Amino acid sequence: MSNTSIVYRSVSDVSGPLLIVENTHDVSYNEVVKVRAPNGELLTGTVLETGRGRAIIQVFEGTSGLDADITAVRFTGETMHLPVSTEILGRVLDGAGNPLDKGPPLTAEDHWDIYGSPINPYARQYPRQPIQTGLSSIDGLNTLVRGQKLPIFSGSGLPHNRIAAQIVRQAKIPGEESDFAIVFGAMGITATEAQYFMDSFEETGALEHTALFLNLANDPAIERIITPRAALTAAEYLAYESDLHVLVILTDMTNYAEALREISAARSEIPGRRGYPGYLYTDLSLIYERAGRIKGRKGTITQMPILSMPQDDMTHPIPDLTGYITEGQIIVGRSVHRRGIYPPIDPGPSLSRLMKEGIGEGMTRFDHKEVQAQLYYGYSEGCDLRDLVAVVGAEALTERDQKYLKFADRFEAEFINQGEFEDRSFEQTLDIGWDLLSDFPERELKRCDPDTISWAKNQNLYKSS
Amino acid sequence: MTESTGRIETIAGPVVKCSGLPSVRMYEVVRVGTQKLIGEVIEVSDKEFTAQVYEETSGLAPGEPVISTGDSLSVELGPGLLGAIYDGIQRPLPELREMSGDFISRGLNVDALNKEKKWEFKPSVEVGAKVSPGDIIGKVPETGILTTMIMIPVGVQGEVVEIASEDEYTVIETICKVKDSHGDIHDVIMMQRTPVRVGRGFKDRAPMDTPLLTGQRVIDTFMPQAKGGTGAIPGGFGTGKTVTLHQFAKWADAQVVVYVGCGERGNEMTEALEEWPSLKDPKSGRPLMERTVLIANTSNMPVAAREASIYVAVTIAEYFRDQGFDVALMADSTSRWAEALREISGRLGQLPSEEGYPAYLGSRLAQFYERGGRVKTLASDERLGSITICGAVSPPGGDFSEPVTQATLRIVKVFWALDKDLAARRFFPAINTLTSYSLYHSTLKKWHIENLGEDWPELVKESLALLQKDQELREIVQLVGPDALPESERAILEAARMIKEDFLTQSALHEIDTYSPIGKTYRMLRVIIGFTQRMAAAVKMGVQVKRILDLSVLDNIARMKITPLDTYEEQMDAVEKKMEREFKSLLQELSDSGLLSEPVV
Ligand SMILES: Nc1ncnc2c1ncn2[C@@H]1O[C@H](COP(=O)(O)OP(=O)(O)OP(=O)(O)O)[C@@H](O)[C@H]1O
Ligand SMILES: [Mg+2]
Repeated sequence: MSNTSIVYRSVSDVSGPLLIVENTHDVSYNEVVKVRAPNGELLTGTVLETGRGRAIIQVFEGTSGLDADITAVRFTGETMHLPVSTEILGRVLDGAGNPLDKGPPLTAEDHWDIYGSPINPYARQYPRQPIQTGLSSIDGLNTLVRGQKLPIFSGSGLPHNRIAAQIVRQAKIPGEESDFAIVFGAMGITATEAQYFMDSFEETGALEHTALFLNLANDPAIERIITPRAALTAAEYLAYESDLHVLVILTDMTNYAEALREISAARSEIPGRRGYPGYLYTDLSLIYERAGRIKGRKGTITQMPILSMPQDDMTHPIPDLTGYITEGQIIVGRSVHRRGIYPPIDPGPSLSRLMKEGIGEGMTRFDHKEVQAQLYYGYSEGCDLRDLVAVVGAEALTERDQKYLKFADRFEAEFINQGEFEDRSFEQTLDIGWDLLSDFPERELKRCDPDTISWAKNQNLYKSS
Repeated sequence: MTESTGRIETIAGPVVKCSGLPSVRMYEVVRVGTQKLIGEVIEVSDKEFTAQVYEETSGLAPGEPVISTGDSLSVELGPGLLGAIYDGIQRPLPELREMSGDFISRGLNVDALNKEKKWEFKPSVEVGAKVSPGDIIGKVPETGILTTMIMIPVGVQGEVVEIASEDEYTVIETICKVKDSHGDIHDVIMMQRTPVRVGRGFKDRAPMDTPLLTGQRVIDTFMPQAKGGTGAIPGGFGTGKTVTLHQFAKWADAQVVVYVGCGERGNEMTEALEEWPSLKDPKSGRPLMERTVLIANTSNMPVAAREASIYVAVTIAEYFRDQGFDVALMADSTSRWAEALREISGRLGQLPSEEGYPAYLGSRLAQFYERGGRVKTLASDERLGSITICGAVSPPGGDFSEPVTQATLRIVKVFWALDKDLAARRFFPAINTLTSYSLYHSTLKKWHIENLGEDWPELVKESLALLQKDQELREIVQLVGPDALPESERAILEAARMIKEDFLTQSALHEIDTYSPIGKTYRMLRVIIGFTQRMAAAVKMGVQVKRILDLSVLDNIARMKITPLDTYEEQMDAVEKKMEREFKSLLQELSDSGLLSEPVV
């Protein structure tokens, strides 16, 4: 461990976000560094590389104003920690966890390393409890489960923030009033966007259950590397020490990845795809894998990271690598949006991988799996036919095909589309599904069990003649 | 500083440069820093060496000690492996949890095999027997599924002078003494230790003429794997790699399954741990976990251990192969392993090749897959064992032209190509039948004919031809609409639709459909092709496709997938009879009303 009383003035180089200090003694990897700028400002950094009397430091506030003569550097001997306690709820903090509101300094029950430690896979418990978001496009087709990491892939100008706010407003486990908390980590979003979330939390009284970590667009970019980690550290405390069910919203992960790219470029690392570092996958997974459920503990962490896809390109490294780590993805589609549908969630590429264990009898309703499969089938048939109609015209279609075409339209208008303040239950969502399927004869419903169909008939849900 | 202690010079992530251990060897295990983190030497130069550290290096500082162990990274092999779950360097996760709680902390040192547990050992040789490496000297009924064979380790040869009687022993108690030709006595224990980076030896390779049946129709039919074969399943995220590999782990007719989750999700390992103990092996009726060894280096666990996990897994597989078992090794995902290689190589400052991967990516991949195969094992008698390797590949952007996919395709013999479009339509398994292939068709042909039927190769060929034709026709339809097609071609579209809907799609989540024994697969295909042939013939005689689609036997065909395993034979017989009947009466009816261009004969 380094001697914390030594103050180094041996900065040899300042480049981009990096600072290089010479003649260091036994500085440890990843420890926190305090940097006194010539103008007296106190900055924070961490050690990226150490050895042979030299340390490379990333400075979270950026290095503008730093020089090689006067800048003073002190190593703290500790990795970065966050003071944790339940009193963090209701607080507004900056992207590194320092209070932004007028409140007192954070009280600390403990100080936790913001990098955390990997959950032992043997200690995990498989997520199985569905969360009702009140949105049919999620609940019916791609159910969110407690302990899941389910990102929202969106694009500029699409209403992902409204969707996220609606989810936060409505999310619940039916029949279970539970202890619920929100941790909101903002990275590089605008002040207006942040205000929108705060207002929306406030309206519903959610603010007092919420901890906000805000790194806004005009805040230091490199700090974004800390923000999700600080947010998740708070979430871990709330979930695992205070038994709360925590929903973590991280937005916008694209800005996070860009900060990472900046550091990597400054270190002249060999870039991976599109200039992002080759370890982007590992780095993102250290964030996303902090979602979960642990045996014997009451609290859970559910993550909904939001990211905007550059040029709506899902093969861009950020959505791509995110998709490789998370347990599915919810896609906000531009063409659905253009058709005037809210929420414009595109079912095709959306997927909740943990849904299968979280739905059905005792959780949502026994017919959920079959209804979901049948709706999916119908919608994808209908969408194919739309393409065909564009070429050959609707007259060329068979009677069966006409039905599917009509179904796709109704499905978008009645099932996906809903009000921003409309909170549908699982039952309501599934009932709408049956109503739409009533346009098909029984024989067409190959994804449903005949017994389920008769049940739906008896309940007067399936009304095909 | 003692002779076996060096010091840390620099630290950058998992890569630590050290000095002061002149005798350190490549791939030697070292203990790094005051916390004694586990590391492995990956570069040795004049005065310095570099270690990759298998644990998080935060807080490590230059000047801290490095201790050499004289040992290379090895695994412990013996009773106790089955049903276990290890991390990437074979530390048992349940024990780690006991030591450090729900989160994995650092510097933990645990034995892979329990040294106190006693196992029932039954000797199978007598004093005076001549033994060489690989010879079986006794058996341990390790789990309800598998009896582990206790073998003479490499380096021991001679005459048995003592053998333990049938009783319970720990894995480190001497159970046999062997006198070699110099008169030296070697103590043999049940446990063996094997370095992971060089494969365990064998006598010879053996032909791969038996399929590894996976219970997945599309695979067993169109791109079958062979016992001892190598296969890769590339696909973008969410296309079904993990589900398919889990399906293999559950249903493949291997005797032992080694599953390595390499840089993937924690929940997927948990799923296996929670689900597999309650699933029954279709043959023995015993819990599937009893034949399974799990290795988990999830994506948030240290990168260097990810690189090692693959070798740990394949060495464990070799140990069971050497006992004469058919082992299936699943690696999810080899891309994450390759990325670990890239990350370490980058930090070493090695010259990058394509997309930053080191130039040796291809050769390392080849060396790994080379460790698969069907072999004559080391032993005085003739014994065959196999390792089938199936690796997931996760190409960035789902683009198969990237280096890891390409390097893998040059090596493996089976290619299961996952298709994003199919996955988006929830067409599962989303394997593209037209671009995927198996190079084992011809070597497996004899088995298929003998065990299924003479007509198998024909059925497979015909279905593929229909799917191919379907693809071409659908392109035309996209241009001109379905109305422009003649009836005979519509019949082909319908035939292909049946193959896809009623045969190729198979839900991993359906209680019955999740596993399709090859006998059932064969019967289903025979029914469907039988139907399509009759349909083609009828259309030729002037019957409209529409009329054929009204036949009620189609409903029976659609439900074939979910016919229970114990009754499918009778049910398929019934379907075939019904099909024949319905076609006959349809033709008769149309012929009677003079609607056929050719009379019914
Ligand atoms: N055979 C199948 N039957 C039913 N569902 C399937 C099948 N294969 C895949 N799926 C569905 O697709 C989802 C994604 O599959 P899977 O987790 O195997 O993807 P993957 O290719 O491993 O993705 P990643 O690279 O992100 O790990 C599953 O959660 C499941 O919903
Ligand atoms: Mg996977």
